[in-house]
Amino acid sequence: MQKKVFQLLVNNTSGVLSRISGLFARRGYNVESITAGVTSDSRITRITIVASGDDEILEQIEKQVAKLEDVRNIKELKPEKSVYRELIMVKVRATAEQRQGVISVADIFRAKIIDIAPESLMIELTGNQQKIDAFIGLLEGYEILELARTGIAGLGRGTEPVVRFD
Amino acid sequence: MIGADAIVKCLEEEGVTTVFGYPGVAICPFYNSILESDIRTILIRTEQNAAHAANGVSRITGKPGVCAVTSGPGATNVITGIATAFADSIPLICITGQVNSELLGSDVFQEADITGAVESFVKYSYLVKNVNDIPRVFKEAFHIANTGRRGPVLIDVPIDIQNATISKFKYPETVSLRTYKPTVKGNAVQIKKVVKELEKAKRPIICAGGGVLLSGAEEELRLFAEAHNIPVVSTMMGIGVMPTDHPLYFRMVGNNGKAYANRAMNESDLLIMVGARVADRAVNQPDMITRNKVLVHIDVDPAEIGKNAGPTIPLVGDAKHIFEDLKNEEFSCNCGEWIETLKGYRRTMAAKRNPNPAYVDPAAFIMRLTEKMQEDAVYVADVGQNQIWSCGYVKVRNGKFFTTGGMGTMGYSIPAAMGVKVAEPDRQVVAVCGDGSFQMSMMELATMCQHHIPVKIVVLKNNYLGMVRQYQHFTYQDQYSVVDLSGSPDLEKLSAAYGIPFLRLESMEKCDETIEAFLEKDESMLLECVIDPMDLV
Repeated sequence: MQKKVFQLLVNNTSGVLSRISGLFARRGYNVESITAGVTSDSRITRITIVASGDDEILEQIEKQVAKLEDVRNIKELKPEKSVYRELIMVKVRATAEQRQGVISVADIFRAKIIDIAPESLMIELTGNQQKIDAFIGLLEGYEILELARTGIAGLGRGTEPVVRFD
Repeated sequence: MIGADAIVKCLEEEGVTTVFGYPGVAICPFYNSILESDIRTILIRTEQNAAHAANGVSRITGKPGVCAVTSGPGATNVITGIATAFADSIPLICITGQVNSELLGSDVFQEADITGAVESFVKYSYLVKNVNDIPRVFKEAFHIANTGRRGPVLIDVPIDIQNATISKFKYPETVSLRTYKPTVKGNAVQIKKVVKELEKAKRPIICAGGGVLLSGAEEELRLFAEAHNIPVVSTMMGIGVMPTDHPLYFRMVGNNGKAYANRAMNESDLLIMVGARVADRAVNQPDMITRNKVLVHIDVDPAEIGKNAGPTIPLVGDAKHIFEDLKNEEFSCNCGEWIETLKGYRRTMAAKRNPNPAYVDPAAFIMRLTEKMQEDAVYVADVGQNQIWSCGYVKVRNGKFFTTGGMGTMGYSIPAAMGVKVAEPDRQVVAVCGDGSFQMSMMELATMCQHHIPVKIVVLKNNYLGMVRQYQHFTYQDQYSVVDLSGSPDLEKLSAAYGIPFLRLESMEKCDETIEAFLEKDESMLLECVIDPMDLV
């Protein structure tokens, strides 16, 4: 079992996300995360999918997704040639005495405090998954009230892999 | 015990007495296990009709009907039947066999992603991947299908799961579904508001939809209307909510309804919509039912309220509960004058037909037929002109009127009537269809013969897809396209081929005695009525 990150460039049409998630459901593929957003070209949506399976399954995923009419391009974002980022927002219970401790952990990770309430703090952090997992691990000494993760988005490094459409 | 035995056990626990279906390899373990059970199995001739027959069972018993078909084409064929049940909020349990779970997603023989394909037509669906989940899944499925806003639930069971050994069978007594808790009891504050409006109203009216029948609230509604002298109209799915001849009942509203019923609804100052979707066929212009009036919308599905027309008073709950609560409210509602006005509309606005004497007049025929049918008989109408004539002229007394108002699926009446007859063999059951809709289900004559299901069938024969011909008459000035049914079989010979007695009525001359002969015995019979091909509803 291994994990791969796929970048899809798809037509920005209603229902495209449901076609892709439907394919994963009907063929029983495992998805860890899926993120989508329109690109600088408003006709195109970029979708980043993290999928897991053995080699044959991952190869099938790539082929089956490529076959969908609305998918213009799919490629694997290899870790050594790509940058992945995920954003999290986390709300931690922190009394006035605990607050400084949380803030110093956040500072070390270059996370931002985005909301303060008498009993809690909200923190935003962007980073790769290892960094985020490490940060969440350190917060476990505090009570995490709510956590929102976006799932990862990624881009290939350099100009070489850029896909353009007329 | 294997999974297939467990499924049969679950059906027994739910009190299921009949399963309609069509076997194939992927559902064979189930059909093998059911041999050990007292549950009756009926081999239908195409899967769509298995769902329609289960639909008939459900309508007459109030409990989900069950059908079981194989994977792939068996499953995809049943979709239209599921969609029909979904549109009419009919509870159904549809079991589909599936290929080996290890092979799911690999496009093997007769694999279809049926849970994916029926997604938009089911209340819920399951793909069972662990044999030990079977008791819980079935318990939940029956609960979901038959509570709240009712609807079909599909359970897809791979063949290896049907064959796997179940470690311990225990049918759960309760369900725990954290995300599914339908509201059945109406909010007391809202009920008080309704009562306040009723006290003020001078021209109140109740418009009853299929939800009233699904909730079994016919009697509660009628007693409420009688106690306060409030007139009642109904949608197509609401026909039968009151006896047709009840002095407070002003028949069906909508495009194909009675002009006086629509006028009554539009001129009311308080409209109580109950168990109705306010969809286009019943309410052509939703703004009409909110103009100059208070609209109370009662529905068990909160999403229906405000979907097509904004209500002044929303009231979420099951119709039976709500009318029981309303019964306990004391108030006086003075609308004697309003009732007289409506009776005047009924006298002066009733549509006048000019039937061609050379043929059977479907309107007069349906009136005579339903007068001669047994008091508690069930009338199942198909789809097309025949449906509109049925709705317009049927006389329901203590019986039932069933049709598909939501999906309008041709071929519904015969299999649905079979379902009704199987569930309640003592009832007289008559299916009325056109020659188009008959030919969509005529293969079920074999099922009727094989399993001795004495349903009576009326075919209103005009050699056209009449409803579409009528549309082309008005919209395309009689340029008919693909509506001619020439080539249809001789129904007398067809009946003889199945060994079913046959009668033909060619004009109104022998109408009464033909109907009497048709209804006389509790046996299958086919009555062909030759109607004017150019007749309009």
